[in-house]
Amino acid sequence: MSTAVVDPAQATRLRRHYRRRHLLSRTALYTAAVLAALVCAGPFGYGAITALKLNADLYDASNNPFVFNEPATLDHVVFLFTDTAFATFVWNTMWVGLLVVAITLALAVPAAYALTRLDRPWAGPMGIAIFFVYLVPPTLLFLSLSRLVVATGLQDSTWSLVLIYPTITIPVSTWLLIGFLKALPRDIEEQAMVDGYSRLGAFTRTVVPLLFPGVVAIVVFAFTLVASEFIYALAFVSPSSEKVVSTGVPTELIRGDVFFWQSLQAAGVLIAVPIALLFNLLLARFISGFTQGAVKG
Amino acid sequence: MTVAVEVRDLHKSFDRGRVHAINGVDLATGEGEYLVLLGPSGCGKTTLLRIIAGLEQPSAGEVLIGGSVVNGLPPRVRKIAMVFQSYALYPHKTVLGNIVFPLKAQRLDNGQRPDKAQRRSKAEWSAELLGISHLLDRKPRQLSGGERQRVALARALVRDPQVFLLDEPLSNLDAKLRATARDELRRFQQRVGTTTVYVTHDQAEAMGLGDRIAVMDAGTVRQLGPPAEVYDDPADTFVATFIGSPPMNLVPRDGVFVGFRPEHLLPPEYVSGARITVPFEVERIEYLSGDRHAYGSVSRLGEQTRVVARLPATVTTPLAGGQTHEFAVATRRLCFFDASSGLRTDPVAVGA
Repeated sequence: MSTAVVDPAQATRLRRHYRRRHLLSRTALYTAAVLAALVCAGPFGYGAITALKLNADLYDASNNPFVFNEPATLDHVVFLFTDTAFATFVWNTMWVGLLVVAITLALAVPAAYALTRLDRPWAGPMGIAIFFVYLVPPTLLFLSLSRLVVATGLQDSTWSLVLIYPTITIPVSTWLLIGFLKALPRDIEEQAMVDGYSRLGAFTRTVVPLLFPGVVAIVVFAFTLVASEFIYALAFVSPSSEKVVSTGVPTELIRGDVFFWQSLQAAGVLIAVPIALLFNLLLARFISGFTQGAVKG
Repeated sequence: MTVAVEVRDLHKSFDRGRVHAINGVDLATGEGEYLVLLGPSGCGKTTLLRIIAGLEQPSAGEVLIGGSVVNGLPPRVRKIAMVFQSYALYPHKTVLGNIVFPLKAQRLDNGQRPDKAQRRSKAEWSAELLGISHLLDRKPRQLSGGERQRVALARALVRDPQVFLLDEPLSNLDAKLRATARDELRRFQQRVGTTTVYVTHDQAEAMGLGDRIAVMDAGTVRQLGPPAEVYDDPADTFVATFIGSPPMNLVPRDGVFVGFRPEHLLPPEYVSGARITVPFEVERIEYLSGDRHAYGSVSRLGEQTRVVARLPATVTTPLAGGQTHEFAVATRRLCFFDASSGLRTDPVAVGA
């Protein structure tokens, strides 16, 4: 052809150029990814190393804090389980978390369904009102909620958290599920209703299975909120046996000026790693959950 | 004639009466009849179908299925089967799971639920009838558009409904598939013999499928009749211009419209019997699948008006743009409409 865009010699040169560019861009990408992973894992690595250090190693300011200068020890981890109520904190967090997740699902899924599908004229304002509840900061809300906790006689009981946490998780979850439901075609449940099912039957057999990614997102959200919430847990519960990890660990392992530094780090790592693994397992669904809700909500 | 589905003086409004989707519709289908609701988008035809199905409640009027009033009854007890425009297959179930789903909700005459073997054999019978037996283990996302449509029909079939409600089931198919699917749909209905109400905006589907066509516009039925009657004898100017491709020519004359179909405007030697001749000033000619469409204007019949003539391949008269030819229309082919109401009126003398 007389009008070739590139002659053969130039094509070879260009091919080499683009191959080099591709290589460079891959190298840069992986370098950035590894650095990011190190930054994220850094605190946990530091925590894990510190948790296993001898006091002599930790308190010598001239020692390198990131390596074992003296032999490692399990003493402080054992101390965490034998001499503190850490196991109780974990157990409390677990059952509060599971109950809050169950209450949230039981109320938010039907609420979101009703707001999106039952064509009530007040559904729009109601949805916005539910969202506004979430915008009131807990730092203000705990004052009035503490009256409620006292009125129900749940002060200094872990059950107060089972009562109070849904006030945060239900509005957010409802809002999130509204986004999911709007993305689900109505035809499918109407088809189920024509096919012989009641609205409830159509809901449980066709809507709930298709809503599964949203349900996963809510489970993860509600559980991690329970594990990390601090203000309500601190304000409503003071006996050691009733505390959850988020308040128990900092209050029981820092006694005045005495820091049980290694045990503190061990507690942090032991809590964080299982949650990180759980997140990893559900990551794909979790992200699709949040982005879908974000775009369609 | 026993009546399968009937609606009486049906009204439906949305937004607290601000939008009227349906304005007084009376319709009845015979047993085993194929009734097509045809109209432009927004004419209320899908709303009417959804009211029959029980997915919407009418603002006023009655719906009868099998002779009894079903107002206020939920869709599941109305003994209907519906195919949505989107097919609404359950994406998390296999084809088999989709087809047996209605059976799981069913009760037999003896009050028992059908057992697994009964459900399976019924589903296989229906899949066999629609030629999708080899797809039973697939998920809907692995199917083509035509296959999805058949799964939706198979699922509708297992309910043994008194009436099929089909909402534009062919509109998601490409043009070629649509023609074959239309033929299959008709043969399928003839085999099972179930009353069918079919909604479409496509006049070719309506003409090809319907025993009768209800032409709808703005929430009312403009005309109800067999395809030939709706085509040859339109009740008003809306029906005359909505049906037919190209639509009916309307020539204004002294407070009436004189209407005639493009294929009836022909060179005089092809028109026998009583006829009226008109000068036809041809502007341009299109050659479409064997026919010639001549665009131009006629005078003498009324005011000078732009019209179309459709000349079949058997008409060999040479024509050229820019020339005036003498054309003719058979007098019995003329329709007359009142100019203000659009309704049919008595013929007026149009002799030259």
